[in-house]
Formats: sequence, C-alpha cells, structure tokens
Amino acid sequence: MSNYSLEIKNLTKNFGRRLIFRDINYLVSSASIVGISGNNGSGKSTFMKIIAGVLSPNKGEVIHSLNGKKVINDKLFNHIGFVSPYLVLYEEFSAEENLIIFSKIRGINYDSDYIKLLFEKMNLFNRRRDAVKTYSSGMKQRLKYLFALMHKPELLLLDEPTSNLDNEGKETVYNLVNEYSKDQIVIIASNEEQDLKLCGDIIYLENYK
Amino acid sequence: MISKSYNLCIKDIKSELRTRYAINALVMFILVAISVILFSIGNEKIQPELTAGLYWVVIFFSAMSGLSRAFVSEEEKGTTLTLHLIATPDTIFSGKLFFNLILTFFINIIITLLYAAFFEGFVVNNFILFLVTFIFGNIGLAISSTIIASIIAKAGSKGTLYPVLSFPILLPLILTCVQLTIFCFDGTSFDNALYEMAIVVSYDIIMVTISYLLFDFIWKE
Repeated sequence: MSNYSLEIKNLTKNFGRRLIFRDINYLVSSASIVGISGNNGSGKSTFMKIIAGVLSPNKGEVIHSLNGKKVINDKLFNHIGFVSPYLVLYEEFSAEENLIIFSKIRGINYDSDYIKLLFEKMNLFNRRRDAVKTYSSGMKQRLKYLFALMHKPELLLLDEPTSNLDNEGKETVYNLVNEYSKDQIVIIASNEEQDLKLCGDIIYLENYK
Repeated sequence: MISKSYNLCIKDIKSELRTRYAINALVMFILVAISVILFSIGNEKIQPELTAGLYWVVIFFSAMSGLSRAFVSEEEKGTTLTLHLIATPDTIFSGKLFFNLILTFFINIIITLLYAAFFEGFVVNNFILFLVTFIFGNIGLAISSTIIASIIAKAGSKGTLYPVLSFPILLPLILTCVQLTIFCFDGTSFDNALYEMAIVVSYDIIMVTISYLLFDFIWKE
C-alpha cells in the first residue's frame, strides 16, 4: 500500500466573478475511493484539474504528500493518473506508439509486460497498432485508462470514468477501480449513480457555493 | 531533462511528418514570396541593402506562418492537457524550442539557397560573419517565436495575434540581422561588426532566460 495522502485546504475557485466553489477542506490519507458530485457546471472537472495541478485555485491549496514528504507541483504528473472525456491522445499515432512516446517523455521504462496486461484488460490488444484516429469513442476512453495507469500512479483521478463505454467496458472499469483502490487513492467525479456507488465518501460541490 | 525534451521534439517531428501541419504551409509561403519578389524585380539589379531587407522579411514572415504550430497544434488537437500530465513545463518548453530550432534552420537554409541561386545581389563577401549571423539570428527567432506561440495558443484569433505580438519583440533582432547581412555583402570584417554581433547574442541570452522564467506562468492556466 502506498503512503500517499491528499489534503485540500480552503480550496476556492472563481472564473471572473462567477464562484465555482468555496472553502473545500478534505483529507484523504489512505487507499480509498472518493466521489465528487454536483450538477452540470458545478465545477467537478475544475476541481479535478486543480487536484491534478493543471489549474490554479484562487484561494487555498492542495497538498500531495508521499511518505510524509510534500510532492512539488512540477513533479505531480509522476504520481497522478488522469482519465476524462476532454483528455485527448495523439490521433496520428497508434495506441502503442502513444504509450511508448509518453514513457519516453516521462523518462520511465516502457514496461511491455505490464502494458500488454493493460491492453488485454481493456480489450484493445488486437487494435494496439492501429492509429487512434480509427478508434471509436469508447475505445479511445479505454485507451485513456492505459495512459493513466502505465506509470503506476499513487493517485487516480477519474472524471466521468464511464463516459462513452458500453456495459462490458463499464464493468471492466469498475473492477479496475475496485482493484486499484485497495492500494491507492481513487477520486471519481461523476453524476452516474453506478459510478458513485463505488465511493466510500462523496463531496457534493453544491454544498460549497 | 534534455533526453525528455529530445523525445518530445522527436514526437513533434514524427507528428509533423504524418500530419504536415506546418511544412506544407511553410514551403508554399517561401515559394510564393520569393516568386513574387523575383517577378516584381524583373531585370533590375537591386541594392545589397534592399536584398538584405527582403531576405529577412521572407524569413520573418515564414517564421510567422510556421513556428506558432508548436503550441497551436497541441491546442487545436486538444492534447495540451495530455502534455501537462506527462512532463514538467521546462521539458515542454525545451522540447518545443528544439523542434522550432530545427524547423527554423530547415526553412531558412532553403530560403538562403533560393536567394543565393536567384538574386544577383545576394553575394556574401564575409562568409564567417554571415554564418554566425545566420546561426544566432535563427536561434533568436526560434526562441522568441516559441514563447510567443505559447502565449497566443489559447487566444481566439491566433493568426492575427502572432505577428502583432511578434513584431515588436523581433524588431531589434531583425533590424540588427539586416545590418549584419549588409556587412556580409560589403565584406566588412568581423571585428567591425562586433557591436551588432553583441546585440544579437545578448538578445538570444535575454530571450532564452526570460522565456524559461515566464513559461511556467504561461503554461499553467
């Protein structure tokens, strides 16, 4: 089990004069699944981007710690796996090429056995050498799980984790999340009842307006 | 960091070769611009000052039509978030800078060869000075174009904004490079061109320092 913790302190975000959420305080210090819920436009994706360090909050901070040491923002990407409908991989390359490129840019070894396992788990192994542009939206969503998991992150951020997936794909994702959450922290932003059923605790963003 | 940036640059080169995002537009621009200049000059012999000016005008506008692609293509494809999730801002800036350096040198070598072949007045009498001007001028052009591309990538009217923002930033570099090119045609010695050379080298150092300091703020929303 990893010793990763996430502390959210007085997190506030505005876009111009529009308040998205205010003063969110939360602590996740052990492997678990946390849900983020709220109406459309309530700021779920904004919240996820702030956790991922891609977006800055207007007030407050998000502290990522590994083995008691604070993870600096520039190195955050090494510890985070991110899946969302608005995440786009390079369509001109094949799925396998994408993952090789990502591992090279990350500066990590391409673990071909582990990646093969992920390809098989997400049912993409036979299409791994096809250009991503030839994939259906569901297949692209499955591929994003490989992108998120290839570096074995300590924190998995899933924004609308089952969007575009068929029933079999949803089942695969639920199994994967349950398995992963035994050792790591998983945060799910969704309005789907089935997705939120996996979560031990849920943050309702409507309560922070 | 260098090997990660190198890999990002290789990714961009492979992507460019598959999508031909920038290269086609650049080659067409160079051919059209040089053809129009050649047709308008006709049989007249133009002054070295004008030749040098026209040479850097073509270089400036070809940079404007191609070098913004480094960041704009990521934004248009929607892959900016992906980049955020795989590398540090320094790695991303360096990778994009390497790519733009390669592209700048590639297009400007073509422009130089075409000028040398078709323009009577394009006779370099101090080759070393020309080579040094070409190298440092292109480095400055690539650095400034890369940082400006990262600023305009998220804007609505990228096409207009890029040359508008670039013009004041690149003006000191272009003007000095034009002067140095005139010196190359005149056969002025390297020693007599040291003042202008120092301006170009200083420009490159200032721009690379500012770019690395500012990119963190530009990159993060």
